[in-house]
Amino acid sequence: MTVSVAGKAANDIQTKSILAPDARTRRRNAAEARFRLWGKLAVALGVLALVGLLLSILSNGLSSFQQTYIALDVYLDPAKLDKDGNRDPASIAKVSTFGYAPVIEKALSEAIAAKGIVVDGLSIKAAAELISKEAPASLRNFVIANPSKIGETVSFNLLASGRIDGYYKGRVTMESAALDRNTSPEQLRLADKLKEAGLLATRFNWDFFTAPDASDTRPEAAGLGVAILGSAYMMLIVLVLSLPLGVAASIYLEEFAPQNRFTDLVEVNIANLAAVPSIVFGILGLAVFINFAGLPQSAPIVGGLVLTLMTLPTIIIATRAALKAVPPSIRDAALGVGASKMQSIFHHVLPLAMPGILTGTIIGLAQALGETAPLLLIGMVAFVREFPGAPPQGFFDPASALPVQVYNWTQRGDPAFVERASGAIIVLLVFLVLMNLIAIILRRRFERRW
Amino acid sequence: MNKYLGSCAVAAILLATTGVASARDQIQIAGSSTVLPYASIVAEAFGENTDFPTPVVESGGSGAGRKKLCEGVGENTIDIANSSSRIKQSDIDNCAANGVKDIQEVRIGYDGIVFASDISGPEFAFTPADWHNALAAKVLKDGKLVDNPYKAWNEIRADLPAQPILAFIPGTKHGTREVFDEKVLVAGCEENGTAEAIKAAGGEEKECMALRTDGVSVDIDGDYTETLARVDANKHGIGVFGLSFYQNNTDKLRVGTMGGIVPSVETIASGEYPVSRPLYFYVKNAHLDVIPGLQEYVEFFVSDEMAGPDGPLAAYGLVSDPELAKTQAAVKARTPMGALN
Repeated sequence: MTVSVAGKAANDIQTKSILAPDARTRRRNAAEARFRLWGKLAVALGVLALVGLLLSILSNGLSSFQQTYIALDVYLDPAKLDKDGNRDPASIAKVSTFGYAPVIEKALSEAIAAKGIVVDGLSIKAAAELISKEAPASLRNFVIANPSKIGETVSFNLLASGRIDGYYKGRVTMESAALDRNTSPEQLRLADKLKEAGLLATRFNWDFFTAPDASDTRPEAAGLGVAILGSAYMMLIVLVLSLPLGVAASIYLEEFAPQNRFTDLVEVNIANLAAVPSIVFGILGLAVFINFAGLPQSAPIVGGLVLTLMTLPTIIIATRAALKAVPPSIRDAALGVGASKMQSIFHHVLPLAMPGILTGTIIGLAQALGETAPLLLIGMVAFVREFPGAPPQGFFDPASALPVQVYNWTQRGDPAFVERASGAIIVLLVFLVLMNLIAIILRRRFERRW
Repeated sequence: MNKYLGSCAVAAILLATTGVASARDQIQIAGSSTVLPYASIVAEAFGENTDFPTPVVESGGSGAGRKKLCEGVGENTIDIANSSSRIKQSDIDNCAANGVKDIQEVRIGYDGIVFASDISGPEFAFTPADWHNALAAKVLKDGKLVDNPYKAWNEIRADLPAQPILAFIPGTKHGTREVFDEKVLVAGCEENGTAEAIKAAGGEEKECMALRTDGVSVDIDGDYTETLARVDANKHGIGVFGLSFYQNNTDKLRVGTMGGIVPSVETIASGEYPVSRPLYFYVKNAHLDVIPGLQEYVEFFVSDEMAGPDGPLAAYGLVSDPELAKTQAAVKARTPMGALN
């Protein structure tokens, strides 16, 4: 019996080998190859952008983890620092930081003379510019804390000024120094000689993580201390408020709520809230928490509350997905052995959904950690030097936040702040990567598949 | 676990409501981003040298700062507004409507505005008339008012370098723009005779400030760091900067003279360099005895040690006010400002 195949196509099939592709197959294969190429291109572009971004941040910012210091033996002259001579803290405190600058200047000129360093065309006043304007303040704090040391010679490790620090990080060169109003090649030569004499050294910069922000005249002293603490306080508030609220809301919506128009409306609105631009939450925070509730400006409590509102929808959506993923057989089995609905949820469903819930929470927190826009409106984008107190009272003290610090530093006039801003970005990125890592680990270790 | 978390949440909310009663002990300042560096230098020194905590200084713009100042009296409103332009009658009315009656006006000094190009480029010696010719929408050429035809600086005046015109000027939301409009564009407009031609044609003086829209004049809404980045990317570009910003970046920027005068703290103080403006801050008098350290901060700011010609503010680029002693006396007496003149 012959199979009747009509038309030209049938002839083709019969006459050609199945190993040689026909025109249509070739076209389909080509389309697939093109699609793969587009996919590869898209991935390559993404990776390229990421690598470029990371490279520029790392090359700008890694140097902020190093800092140049000058070691000096300073004679704490009683004639200048304690004019009354009675070592009374009140009278010592009367000498302002302006009174300490000459003491440091004298110590530096003595150190230069002792090492036999000569740099032509450099006055002692210009030489003193090697030392940061922060130094008198740290000296004064030391003297006020240890009044008994007045009259003794104490060795200090004083910060070198931003330009000198930049010289050892490649930001400042002899050529740029010749044009620069804030430093001179002579100062750099003196710095080199001090380095040879072992008085000047560049080493790891712990202060970058602990010191507060500093004003525009002393970029070398600026640190992330207040910002890290402020961010930590806010994350604590966000965690404590949004996790229980979010989990309770999703359990109710997922397990108990009746299916009606009202719950549908709530669900749609939660999904919409997740897409609301964060600045809107800032406006809400200003109106509700500061103007209406009378909470203080620039305080982590307000920032935390605003970010909680922003994080809640993320947590609710993640939690509901996690609850849905627990198979109904678990619930049925619990109910079947006589557990109440609440027991079945809290003893069986919730523990199984926990990895998903925690992952969602951590991702929500990571999002909140990097948020600046809502903080702009509640006064947290500010110059804050005072550390907030211990919680809970500290939640009401002014504080800064990590992304805010990055934003602030990029606006400063001194180029040394570019390095600080990139350094702050690195710290922020490290925190984000750590949080995401924790989320991944939780998921890998505790997630169960059915 | 959930039970504990729940009670924590309740505790936190309770804290949020009880903590409100606690008094504020830090001074709150907001306003101009031009004044911000000076205010933060003073705040830092104030915190170091007194027992009071370091004030919190926010930026956000002069107008926004004054609006915040006028929100009312009370601990959750700010104490001081920094401003790079003088307070407006609308602000004063707004203040009065919200119960903010006595405001002190404190002039801290003067700020120079400079024109600078990339360090590798040629020297520029500008006049306000050159800038008007370069950027205005309509200029006077051969006695006639025409759409701006100039493409390069040497077409305007033969002794300017042969470089394409490209200017990065502050956007309209900046206080600096007002000064640029008034002291450069309008002054230049009168200098090169365009103002007369506009009046003869029945126009108004504000047409002097209308800028060409063919991409030669670029508004920068961000900070000076953005202007610097633009000049860095476009070596032909000339940016408008604050004097202190320029002084921190002399290794990247070459400053142009204006009317033959090099901008510096000295030439601005003497009034020779024309493009400058006073900087202010405004203090809410009702807060003076409520917020600890506020009176001391205000006095410290205008003291000779800080705002004097040898102080750290002058070293950073603020032009010291010759009438500082008058301001110091007014601040001691807490003299509220009178009506605007």
